Amino acid sequence: MAEVLVAVEHAGETPKKVTLELLTLARSLGEPSAVVLGGPGDTEKLVDRLGEYGAVRVYAAEHEDLDGYLVAPKATVLAGLVRSINPAAVLLPSTQEGKEIAGRLAVKLDNGLLTDVVDLAADGTATQPVFAGSVIVTAKVTKGLPLVTVRPNSVTPSQAPVAPMVSTVEVELTDADRLVRVVERRAEQKGTRPELTEASVVVAGGRGVGSAENFALVEELADLLGGAVGASRAATDSGYYPHQFQVGQTGKTVSPQLYIALGISGAIQHRAGMQTSRTIVAVNKDAEAPIFELADFGVVGDLFTVVPQVVEEIRKRK
Amino acid sequence: MNIVVLVKQVPDSGSERRLRDDDYTVDRESASNIINEMDEYAIEEALRLREAYGGEVTILTMGPARSVESIRKALSMGPDKAVHVQDDALAGSCALGTSRALAAAIRTLSPDLVLAGAESTDGRVQAMPHMLAERLGFAALTGARKLTVQDGTLTVERQTEEGYEVVTAATPAVVSVWDTINEPRYPNFKGIMEAKKKPVTTLGLAELGLAAGEVGSAGATSTVLAARNRPERQGGTKITDEGAGGTKLVEFLASEKFV
Repeated sequence: MAEVLVAVEHAGETPKKVTLELLTLARSLGEPSAVVLGGPGDTEKLVDRLGEYGAVRVYAAEHEDLDGYLVAPKATVLAGLVRSINPAAVLLPSTQEGKEIAGRLAVKLDNGLLTDVVDLAADGTATQPVFAGSVIVTAKVTKGLPLVTVRPNSVTPSQAPVAPMVSTVEVELTDADRLVRVVERRAEQKGTRPELTEASVVVAGGRGVGSAENFALVEELADLLGGAVGASRAATDSGYYPHQFQVGQTGKTVSPQLYIALGISGAIQHRAGMQTSRTIVAVNKDAEAPIFELADFGVVGDLFTVVPQVVEEIRKRK
Repeated sequence: MNIVVLVKQVPDSGSERRLRDDDYTVDRESASNIINEMDEYAIEEALRLREAYGGEVTILTMGPARSVESIRKALSMGPDKAVHVQDDALAGSCALGTSRALAAAIRTLSPDLVLAGAESTDGRVQAMPHMLAERLGFAALTGARKLTVQDGTLTVERQTEEGYEVVTAATPAVVSVWDTINEPRYPNFKGIMEAKKKPVTTLGLAELGLAAGEVGSAGATSTVLAARNRPERQGGTKITDEGAGGTKLVEFLASEKFV
């Protein structure tokens, strides 16, 4: 069976959830091969988990420059690998870095690229939501192999354990790959919450939350549901919550099982980032707020009385 | 320092956007078209760098004839001139074709720095800075929330999924910016009047040294097979809190097996 390359994105010693989703999708297209692009020793920590999700082969491309310089080295290594094994398809996560590597790969190989794909058929037909999910298109790469980035939360990851065969990839870089040096890396993610784009539950706060301190209430509900915290642009622009948690047209696109909007009116730009969520719940003082037009369950009321009651009720049931 | 700012005209994300029925390209006729919002932050950053270090700011836009509205609007903020890449044969270009044409235009300008918005609100591909960097041999520093320049070295603080990182590179480089980097200025009356007289050079395929088969729908490397509107989401139950709103909300979550 033809190999399908999956570019592994990992946080520390574990592959990100999206990587497991890509391996699951790759199994429906051919034989999944995971490509680790990281620093020395990274593959060893990831290989068991990649095998659990069906990675028949793991390519270990390890070099300190893959971590020490931005994007370009990873694209160079991946392009070399694609040229040498000629896979049936190449899948990357539709994250900022995934899209950037894919963009460089497309130029290097003069190969078509499809981004933000939510499904890929064995014949290479990809499904993509465009215009914030209001239009669904099917598309195909017509030059080269299917090179696609797949949006997190598009596929339910399932296990299919194998013992992966690990192959070492020779990392050969040139000065052109080492143009952008990483000087410092700092994590700002708070606590143990799941990543916003990967979370199956997102609790988001908007202008109605009123202050940075009040976001503790949003966080409390998120933690109770094992979810991530999001914020509308009004909330991030007002400094209530850090910018990287913004959901919407100018922020992240999320598609969780459950999205709870607290004090968010639901401007079209916010809806752009969350309207493909499976279930949407909203609490807002304004009965006319557009968020209610898409909410499966809406409460017109003061979030500062409704949410504490929700928290108390969930605790009671646990 | 000579700076090129990439500006794209996009359909307003606050209005209804659609694809054309015939070739599934973005319908630019029916939409209200504006400057891609992130690009205004890139223009502002370029103007601030010009104020600090001198040099010239050039707007670079690829798009149909009507994009000139956005070019004049961009110029009214203060840039010196513009280049409009326009040719009927460019219609239907994929990202690869677009990057080929833009890279050819950038080569004619030999800038120290290319600034761009972190993403466009229509395509949201986020790959253009790296595609251009790959073609031009420039450094690419994306998603900047802070940019500093010292002795030809660029330092960027960039947003990542996990937090932020600091990266450095020498010029020439492509830098893309988020809306956290600055507060774009509003064009004033003087700026609007001056923009009408600023030079706008139009470059077609011949001037760029490109063949028709390399770009546009003829050179496209991917194709849309079909498009359909997603069914409108229907609102569900809406209740007014009369003391038990929170409890009812949890009952709903329980019925959906979330708690």
